[in-house]
Amino acid sequence: MPEQYKTTTELERAPVIEPGHTFGTVTEKISAIVLTRPASNGWFIGFGLMFMLTMMMLFAIGYLFLKGIGIWGVTIPIGWGFAIVNFVWWIGIGHAGTLISAILLLLRQSWRNSINRFAEAMTLFAVACAGIFPAIHVGRPWLAYWLFPYPNTMRVWPQFRSPLMWDVFAVSTYATISALFWFTGLIPDLATLRDRTDKRWLKMIYGMASMGWRGSARHWHRYETMYLLLAGLATPLVLSVHTVVSFDFAVGIVPGWHTTIFPPYFVAGAIYSGFAMVLMLAIPIRKIYGLEDFITERHLQNSAKVMLATGLIVGYGYGIEAFMGWYGGDRYDAFTLWNRLHGPYALEYWALLLCNLAIPQVLWIRKMRTSPVALFLISGVILVGMWLERFVIVVMSLHRDFLTSSWGMYYPTRWDWMTYIGTIGMFLAAMFLFLRILPAISIFEMRTLLPEAEVKE
Amino acid sequence: MAKRDPIYGLMAEFDNATALVDAARKTHQAGYKKIDAYSPFPIEGLAEEIGFHHDEVPLVVLIGGLIGGISGYLMQYWMSAVDYPLNIGGKPPHSWPAFIVITFEMTILFAGISAVFGMLALNGLPMPYHPVFNVPRFSSASKDRFFLIVFSSDKKYDSADTRMFLEALEPRSISEVPS
Repeated sequence: MPEQYKTTTELERAPVIEPGHTFGTVTEKISAIVLTRPASNGWFIGFGLMFMLTMMMLFAIGYLFLKGIGIWGVTIPIGWGFAIVNFVWWIGIGHAGTLISAILLLLRQSWRNSINRFAEAMTLFAVACAGIFPAIHVGRPWLAYWLFPYPNTMRVWPQFRSPLMWDVFAVSTYATISALFWFTGLIPDLATLRDRTDKRWLKMIYGMASMGWRGSARHWHRYETMYLLLAGLATPLVLSVHTVVSFDFAVGIVPGWHTTIFPPYFVAGAIYSGFAMVLMLAIPIRKIYGLEDFITERHLQNSAKVMLATGLIVGYGYGIEAFMGWYGGDRYDAFTLWNRLHGPYALEYWALLLCNLAIPQVLWIRKMRTSPVALFLISGVILVGMWLERFVIVVMSLHRDFLTSSWGMYYPTRWDWMTYIGTIGMFLAAMFLFLRILPAISIFEMRTLLPEAEVKE
Repeated sequence: MAKRDPIYGLMAEFDNATALVDAARKTHQAGYKKIDAYSPFPIEGLAEEIGFHHDEVPLVVLIGGLIGGISGYLMQYWMSAVDYPLNIGGKPPHSWPAFIVITFEMTILFAGISAVFGMLALNGLPMPYHPVFNVPRFSSASKDRFFLIVFSSDKKYDSADTRMFLEALEPRSISEVPS
């Protein structure tokens, strides 16, 4: 950014890249993680453990296919248990990646260049984890493809008036666009890896993956146009995805679901949990791979501020829900509020308020926003809180039906837990592989941030 | 088939972005039309300096988005109101407000796919082999060096004259690119 556009506070802030770097050092430092640095024992242990959790998930899903969803804690009236809680949680986490790569690009927040690559990878892996749940939740998962409108011998079509169908289109579009966005962002960096490695087989693999990118000015021009347009398309898309997810609830006439605040409140919650995940990944990665020069205090601070802001929007959502329960005059809504505060799942509700509303307020303190350890812990608390929020929305709204004769309780079984923890393993195992195979920070976008990238007239 | 020229072009290497933009401008102004510039990151205005003005990517994306949106809506209309009308909750078979979400998602999906594949197709990628890769120094084009090439197919190209012209631009080095 030219000097005259900077405000005084901007000049005092921590830099996006520590001074002293050149095109060469940025390139070498980031590509060395993939090309020359040997995999440490810690990497093998971490990846091994996460791989075992992935296998545990596959075992739990295998048993589910064998026995049916009776092995889970879902019953009537609580037909949506962990599967939907985890689906909403994972897809929400993915949203921060798109926010960083698309929305912050349109807003010209150049600091996002150092974290967009792995945030996009996070999006992709989180959407993959999310996608598992609805597919295995349908009861007969081998027929999950019935969700798509394809010509079939039954001569019937999906029901397009249902938000569940909207969700199929929203989530599959989101997964496709996220994958494309991530891949196109990688093309110039794959070319860098092709040119840096001395191993012939690696040269061939990266060469094919980079599609023969050679950095021609004409190519860059079309590339930048494409990237900007894709960001412009991904921005309304990401807002629509969690909006549609919230429609799954809000369109139903269940007390605690049937409210118009859901779309904005879901989107804010998604970004809230997503930034928490970004920090939980970025803080160890920058430490272990020595990337403090590129992921600086500035990035931690900015992410913390985004969390603070979205956390307050989420808090506003809780406030409005409670207010409408009291003020709306509907006895079922009023009961939902009372039940949250005093019912059998009151502990979960109070824990959610503690994790999402109370504890994150320490982010007002500057010291907390700049301390990696504190941020890591607070992010963990927020992730737990956001998971509890989805548990409260899904389970607490369903377990007290309109008639007391239909009331029930939901207790997750070991299979629920194994599947959930297994997806965390799968997510992190994919992250471990990503760090070793692809550049975790966008090299060419980092080059544009260096002072020497400026063209002087 | 026309005899293939053994030389693909002359390539000059520069240290920084400013020198490349400057050299590209001078080369284009000198009347060389078939030229290209290579850089490790996008440089604003460089494509214009080498005479590139028509970027068709936005048009491709617009067409893709329109196809996606229209086909998304028509698909829902045909399936719900023509081929298999079903009364659900008393809603009309053609309940257009309920079709908006999927229409929107299909617009984004088709526009996004057209953006990526349109960009690749217009750039002629994937192309794993290209004559410029024959220059050993060109591997720095993806790191910290900037290159300008005058193709031998240019009308004004002459191996001695062009080399002299490029030398006047004070590059780090000049290489002949074999085809």
